[in-house]
Amino acid sequence: MSLIDIFQHLLPGIGKTIGIFVCTLVFSMPLGLIVAFGRMSKYFVLRNVVKIYISVMRGTPLMLQLMVVYFGPYFIFRIQISSSYRLYAVLIAFALNYAAYFAEIYRGGIESMPQGQYEAAQLLGYGKGQTFFKIILPQVMKRILPSVTNEVITLVKDTSLAFSIAYTEMFTMAKALASSQTSVLPFVAAGIFYYVFNLLVAVVMEKLEKKLSYYR
Amino acid sequence: MLLKMNHIRKSFNGVDVLRDISLSVEQGEIVSIIGPSGSGKSTLLRCATMLETIDGGEIAYMGEKAVWVENEKPIFAKKDKMKEIRSCFGLVFQNFNLFPHYSVMQNITDAPIHVQKRKKDEVFEEARELLRKMGLSDKESAYPWQLSGGQCQRVAIARALALNPKILFFDEPTSALDPELTGEVLKVIRSLADLDITMVIVTHEMNFARDISDRVIFMDGGVIALEGSPEEVFGAEHVRMKEFLGRFHGK
Repeated sequence: MSLIDIFQHLLPGIGKTIGIFVCTLVFSMPLGLIVAFGRMSKYFVLRNVVKIYISVMRGTPLMLQLMVVYFGPYFIFRIQISSSYRLYAVLIAFALNYAAYFAEIYRGGIESMPQGQYEAAQLLGYGKGQTFFKIILPQVMKRILPSVTNEVITLVKDTSLAFSIAYTEMFTMAKALASSQTSVLPFVAAGIFYYVFNLLVAVVMEKLEKKLSYYR
Repeated sequence: MLLKMNHIRKSFNGVDVLRDISLSVEQGEIVSIIGPSGSGKSTLLRCATMLETIDGGEIAYMGEKAVWVENEKPIFAKKDKMKEIRSCFGLVFQNFNLFPHYSVMQNITDAPIHVQKRKKDEVFEEARELLRKMGLSDKESAYPWQLSGGQCQRVAIARALALNPKILFFDEPTSALDPELTGEVLKVIRSLADLDITMVIVTHEMNFARDISDRVIFMDGGVIALEGSPEEVFGAEHVRMKEFLGRFHGK
């Protein structure tokens, strides 16, 4: 089998990998913002519950979290799970995990904003929502872009963890193909795919950074 | 009376910064507040503009109570009333606090359009007129990082004026600027004085305060130590005032 044949074989898996990647970002980035607000809340209970959530998400392996989300419903509640739950488990675990990381990135960005920006907005009559979404958030986004890029690149590679609950994304298929063909080429193909994917991510993020460089 | 502050008290972590200060400002009046660092000048402005909550006393704008203290707790006017009161004052900060992601024009026009909900054309026209007065007509599409400190401060003044406040506060508007840039900003503030805008200015520019003010307030240790016309205050036989002025002339 040539590399081209292997890629053709892996195509359905590549679609699923990209699916995990896109869905995780779409869910975890806004969720992360909500988590960040909880983390900065003035209410002691909420703040600390969120703190524990973040601590657990960052302190345990994503692979373990995947298994808990996938097997938990049956082992704990004896709920019969359908085969389509595999995908949901992947998305839930990834979104929850990445939201925790994004939340801490957002928090760092928000807390780095000078108080004067809030004060100027208050004096000009902006409401709390307007102040956050018009004045603070755009500046925060620019500040945290390099950290977000890091996280997104990690996510590309982390999608391969879905193999631990036998979700047939690209890496799961490559592993199966390598076994059946007794060849290392499927792994080479997988490596090329991740590398090119991340190259693309890096290019897009660099474009975004350039786009935001009109101000300092 | 445009602004009335009665018996204001404020402390930070048990340290009294304002001790029972009362201050009134009339329509059209220009009041300068001078005094050594740590005397509470900026805190007084920050209380007046509600960036700090007061620990005692009351603040009223145009006869409407904005904030007062009951049982050691500050009480604010109702939301609608507060919005109305807030719209009648503006503040120019020491370090400008322009929005870096907005162009000069956006900095000036965004609040009138999105907070006051005024018509875009009208706001832009007014903003251009303000920029002309500030001598910044060619800078409307520049971003704050492309401007000098003096230009930034003039944009900040235009931004405050764009909301048509009845009273404009200045919190050491030239303290972050070198002498050359200080001159251009003071010139702009002087030109506002001719337009009959009510202003309260915290400043270390003594000559400027003497020239421009209808009334000068000398603060020391959280109280108003001296108050009166520029001639009265600068000519007063007051030990602390003489010490303070001596330090300036000594420089």
